[in-house]
Amino acid sequence: MLANQIGYYSLILSLLLSVLLCSVSIKDLNSSGKQINQKILSLSFLQLVFVIVSFLSLILSFINSDFSNETVFNNSHTTKPLFYKISGTWGNHEGSLLLWLLVLTLFIFVFLIKSREQPKKYRILTLLFQQIIIIGFFLFVLMTSNPFNYLFPVPSEGLGLNPILQDPALAIHPPILYLGYVGTSIIFSSSLAAVTQNYVSKEWGQHIKKWVLVSWIFLTIGIMLGSIWAYYELGWGGFWFWDPVENVSLMPWFTLTALLHCIIVLERRAALTSWVVILSITTFTLSMCGTFLVRSGILNSVHTFANDPARGIFILIFLFVLIVLSLGIFFLFHKENNKNLNNFFWLSRETSILINNWFMMYFLSVVLIGTVYPIFLDVISSEKISVGPPFYQKLLVPFLIPFLLFMSLGPRLKWIKSKIENKNSLIVTFVASVILTFFIVKNLTTDLLFYTALVSAAFFLFFTTLKELFIKKLNNISQTVAHFGFSLLILSILFNSILSSEIITNIKVGEKYKSSKGEIFFKKTEEKKESNFNTIIAYFEIKGENGKIIELKPEIRIYNQPVIITSEADIKTTLLEDKFLVMNLVKGNEYFNIRYQVKPFMIWIWISVLLLSLGGLMSLIKKKYEK
Amino acid sequence: MYGKKVKLRFLFLALILASVILIVFLILQSLKENVVYFQSPSEIKFSVELEKKIIRVGGMVKVQSVIIKSNEVNFIITDFKNEINVIYSGAVPNLFAEGKGVVAEGFLKDKNYFLATKILAKHDENYMPPEVKEAIGDK
Repeated sequence: MLANQIGYYSLILSLLLSVLLCSVSIKDLNSSGKQINQKILSLSFLQLVFVIVSFLSLILSFINSDFSNETVFNNSHTTKPLFYKISGTWGNHEGSLLLWLLVLTLFIFVFLIKSREQPKKYRILTLLFQQIIIIGFFLFVLMTSNPFNYLFPVPSEGLGLNPILQDPALAIHPPILYLGYVGTSIIFSSSLAAVTQNYVSKEWGQHIKKWVLVSWIFLTIGIMLGSIWAYYELGWGGFWFWDPVENVSLMPWFTLTALLHCIIVLERRAALTSWVVILSITTFTLSMCGTFLVRSGILNSVHTFANDPARGIFILIFLFVLIVLSLGIFFLFHKENNKNLNNFFWLSRETSILINNWFMMYFLSVVLIGTVYPIFLDVISSEKISVGPPFYQKLLVPFLIPFLLFMSLGPRLKWIKSKIENKNSLIVTFVASVILTFFIVKNLTTDLLFYTALVSAAFFLFFTTLKELFIKKLNNISQTVAHFGFSLLILSILFNSILSSEIITNIKVGEKYKSSKGEIFFKKTEEKKESNFNTIIAYFEIKGENGKIIELKPEIRIYNQPVIITSEADIKTTLLEDKFLVMNLVKGNEYFNIRYQVKPFMIWIWISVLLLSLGGLMSLIKKKYEK
Repeated sequence: MYGKKVKLRFLFLALILASVILIVFLILQSLKENVVYFQSPSEIKFSVELEKKIIRVGGMVKVQSVIIKSNEVNFIITDFKNEINVIYSGAVPNLFAEGKGVVAEGFLKDKNYFLATKILAKHDENYMPPEVKEAIGDK
């Protein structure tokens, strides 16, 4: 009860602090003195403290199962394990928005501390733009999704958290993803501030690159966590479904990756200034769009907590205001700096980075159209369509071939003007990749030419980066690690999709299923009771093609609150392959529907994404080693 | 004469324009080929021409219509006005049950038989795909 009030009033207090901060900053903008007013820093810190208090009190309400709080009532239950009571705090609409706010205020405070060497006006303007976003979110939370609504009379039991959200990967997926999303808000605010101050320069590039890297790392890992969760929890054995809610997280990733690359051009050559600003604006807009599409209920999925049109309209207006504001500032203030454009040569690092950006924009437009077109068509003609994986595969996969080739060659070019060095060794690597691929792929697929081209492009990148990792010492190692990770990612995904095999059948207890791919024996089932669910554990013995027998124990869980049946896949992971078994129960029938999959190199997909982020992390902390 | 810089710019612009046109064309083309339309049992019944491409059919699983054999699942999708038989061999999602909403993807054999290649997983028992809600009216 008390926690509720503390939480609510801290929120209102920190909204007031926002207004106060704005007025103090505007005053300070025109004052003399080199450093910003100390008051601003303290106020920003105070605001952060109040949001933390608010967030902690919500967590406390969840831990205590305080059902006088509507959010807790809707999303928690006394029998839920403590860990999921806590993670349930952000597993719902209201709490997750409070988390957004927390990260927003945290990041602007960190920004103020970390930017002491930057010009004063630039820092204050960044704070102002960020406060506009923060105020927008405060109003959104307080007006449409207050996490501290009272319920009277107090219910004795809550409604519970959707069981498929009760999962360790999903407990940390939203916070990590939000760190990435919200990090882009700092990039957005500071690029607008830099534009108004005509400060889009090498120095600014160096300073903002850290924020780009931080957001990029968190976004990458956040997407991966969601994907891992989908892999073992949704029971389809895939890790990416081209579902709209997945796509909306991928879109800012594309622009952020593009930004990450062209900010290097800005940092070294002070070129591409407008492009950097446009990318910064787009990235944040896409993050916001993601929130809008998911929260408004336009996209129905597990991420949609409630369909409330008021929320959608609020975010839409807010988004519109931000876009108009940012574009207005961009066109009013931005002056293109053309000094450096004179020495732009075709064969140079700059061009290769531009090519990367073009590819990113292409990938972005494919995903954007595939995601938005069905919504658009529904609105104008009320025709229901869906755009499935074949659309994306057909449009994205072929373009990976040139993309990978450019990726192998681009980093070897020098700035301004360059020649390709070590042509012979490159050609040898290339030929070796093609031959290797041909012999691997020959027996695996019907579409030989296409896969040879694709896989050998990936191998080419793999070997060139691998060689670089061994030969060169610390020169640009972060970039090499990240690109190596990417080649590994593409290779694992390709071989995973080519070599995966599956058996789907309906089977009774005691039966044996035989096929050329192996034998499945359904030994027995066993029932168990846990605190918040009952479970049926099935014992299967599976004999693979090589005669080895393994035991897999998938489960069917019947959760008590809310009553939902979920299947828990059992996965045996080795370095070479995952064995994946999931079963489903069809009500009133003695048959169990099972799906057994052998998925090669599954773990390498996750490892390579981690390598990709590790590259980013190295670039963040090891900056001094690089030239 | 134009300077080198201007020429370079023109080349750049032309290249951008050409690639944008190409990209838009490519995307629209494959959108046309890969879009999956949603139809209700009634729409299939009254359609003049039989759809040959992959479509999605949605509605309710008719009560007492599910028959499970060792290699396939048969059931009937109804929108309470018309119904269609579905033949499916594959994994059934958790929340597939008689009297619940369902969306199946596959091919039409004829107006009465639908060969499903996929039954779409739903995340939540109370959740009903908007298409299905519309297909069965306000029930």
